[in-house]
Amino acid sequence: MLKILKYSFYDLIRSRWSYVYFLFYLTLGFVLLFLNNDVSKAVITLMNVIIVLIPLIGTIFGVMYYYNSREFTELLLAQPIKRSSIFMGQYFGVAGSLTLSLVLGLGIPFVLYGLLRSNAIFDFSLLLVTGAFLTFIFVGLSFVIAISNENKIKGFGYAVLLWLFLAVVYDGLFLMSLIVFEEYPLDTFSLVATMLNPIDLSRILILLKLDISALLGYTGAIFKKFFGTDLGFLVSMAVLFLWTVLPILGLRHKAKRKDF
Amino acid sequence: MRTDTQHNAFMLVCILLVLTQTVMAKTWTVCTSCEHSSIKGTIERAEAHDTLLVQKGTYREYEILVDKPLYIKGIGYPIVDGEKKGEIFQVRSDHVTLDGLFIINVGVSYTKDNAAIRVIQSKDFLIQNMVLEQLFFGIYLEKSSHGKVYHNRIIGEAVDEYNSGNGIQLWYSSDIEVRKNHVQGTRDGIYLEFSDQITITGNTSMDNLRYGLHFMFSNHDVYTHNTFENNGAGVAVMFSKFITMKNNTFRKNWGTAAYGMLLKEINDAEISNNTFEENTIGINIEGSNRIDYTDNDFIGNGWAIRVIGACYTNTFKGNNFLYNSFDISYNSKLNDNIFESNYWSSYTGYDLDRNGIGDVPYRPVKLFSYVVNRTPETIVLLRSLFMDIIDFSERVSPVFTPDNLQDAQPLMKIRP
Repeated sequence: MLKILKYSFYDLIRSRWSYVYFLFYLTLGFVLLFLNNDVSKAVITLMNVIIVLIPLIGTIFGVMYYYNSREFTELLLAQPIKRSSIFMGQYFGVAGSLTLSLVLGLGIPFVLYGLLRSNAIFDFSLLLVTGAFLTFIFVGLSFVIAISNENKIKGFGYAVLLWLFLAVVYDGLFLMSLIVFEEYPLDTFSLVATMLNPIDLSRILILLKLDISALLGYTGAIFKKFFGTDLGFLVSMAVLFLWTVLPILGLRHKAKRKDF
Repeated sequence: MRTDTQHNAFMLVCILLVLTQTVMAKTWTVCTSCEHSSIKGTIERAEAHDTLLVQKGTYREYEILVDKPLYIKGIGYPIVDGEKKGEIFQVRSDHVTLDGLFIINVGVSYTKDNAAIRVIQSKDFLIQNMVLEQLFFGIYLEKSSHGKVYHNRIIGEAVDEYNSGNGIQLWYSSDIEVRKNHVQGTRDGIYLEFSDQITITGNTSMDNLRYGLHFMFSNHDVYTHNTFENNGAGVAVMFSKFITMKNNTFRKNWGTAAYGMLLKEINDAEISNNTFEENTIGINIEGSNRIDYTDNDFIGNGWAIRVIGACYTNTFKGNNFLYNSFDISYNSKLNDNIFESNYWSSYTGYDLDRNGIGDVPYRPVKLFSYVVNRTPETIVLLRSLFMDIIDFSERVSPVFTPDNLQDAQPLMKIRP
């Protein structure tokens, strides 16, 4: 598995897209910090970018990589290697290289602009950790979709739909249910609904760490009471971890049964 | 030449007059090791219009009654220690001046509002250069008028609202000037109740538990050039008429229940040239009519202006709204207020004729803020992509927000 991981990883590192992705974050980081020299304010702006773009890019990249390397996968399948290690290797290769681009691309400008000396370092590391989680989650989901669909167009369609659902539609449904049931106590409901969507969960996790959380008012206080404690933090990290593990298990399951 | 001589003669008369005054009034020196070692005792012996010079030292006294016109001046900040036993100075006479004393340890009571300095039914007093620490109430003016509270420093250590007092409190007083004071760590920094024609200028009120400045049933007052920072809930103006608020700075009143300024049942006021910076809510308005908001700066607030209800005929003109999460939050479809010629940092229109005024009107109410007003729990969707999308669509064609709530002439450039 490690060999395949290494191969996938180097293959991606050598590919142009990885560089484009890396350069995109590098420029974003530099431009943001150049425009306002305040590290903690830049973290807020970055959050907006991260919770929308990382899932999208993770999804598209995952699907693309799977379909593109199909011939190579078939070649590997002919060798005496365990199936799960082939797919796991590819998965970790893609997710790992995307995460590396993210961490380096954002990390370099922030470190140069004195992140280590500012007290935003914790917020920033939380941002990177949730970014990494989101990458792993969405690459995993897209691999599952790709392996279940032979038809590339269908696979792409489902993957984009999944992103659209989690990033936009879910919040719409969430909002509708909040308004429809406004007569009822909604605190627990909104907590659970936030937990169930990795994008929402990451957004709330980062928001609560920032000053802006005061805007959340009464509801925010309940959220803070939950997420602010060590237990709440652990639970939300566990949920993100679960979101990462579930697609991986699904991928293994599919890979084992699939007839190539 | 003639005018010069006249002038000289006039000066001479003046000097003579002043001299006779000083000759007539006696000066008493109070110090811990002198003949007059207590402030209280010396006041009893002194005649009206005398001067008391209190030398450096510690005076353990409380309930000092000043019942005649006196000039009491501290030299090198003598300490008057009330030992937490009760009230410290009580002024019950006109023309009293208190200057340069360091008053500490006012007794905390749950039945009496003990103050470091209480002025009762007096006129023409002057309280200046005082330092008050470890206090319950600071300066308490009761049914007094025509006085001046100038350049005092009041530093409390209030922790709970129920057992702390206000820094400067005016109750049934009028025509008083409160200038250049520094109040921090009390319950309300400056509190006015039933007090009219008060001028509050150049004060700093910060880190107070509740409000930096608080008006109740007080009319025709003016406050200008003050700074209110990091108070529990900012400044509250309630049930008052004809208040002028100019050139003040409201900063960092940040928390789940904080705002820069709270207006409740305020009519005919003028709010101009103020700066509201980094408050959760810049101005919270409820039941306030005929108010002119002009040339204010709203910078980086959560909500710049939050209108709760029953506000009519207000005018918002020439303000800068810069980088607030929500510019205006509004809870009804009816709008009777005018928004005109403001600068909005989130305005995206264009100016083809280059007259400095945008050609498309700006709608400051976001759909999200409307939704949040209706169902507060929806605030958890703050900064989600979905909200940005529906905000955009609402801006293009308003359905839920009042469609006449718009700035028809938004400025293209920030008002300097």
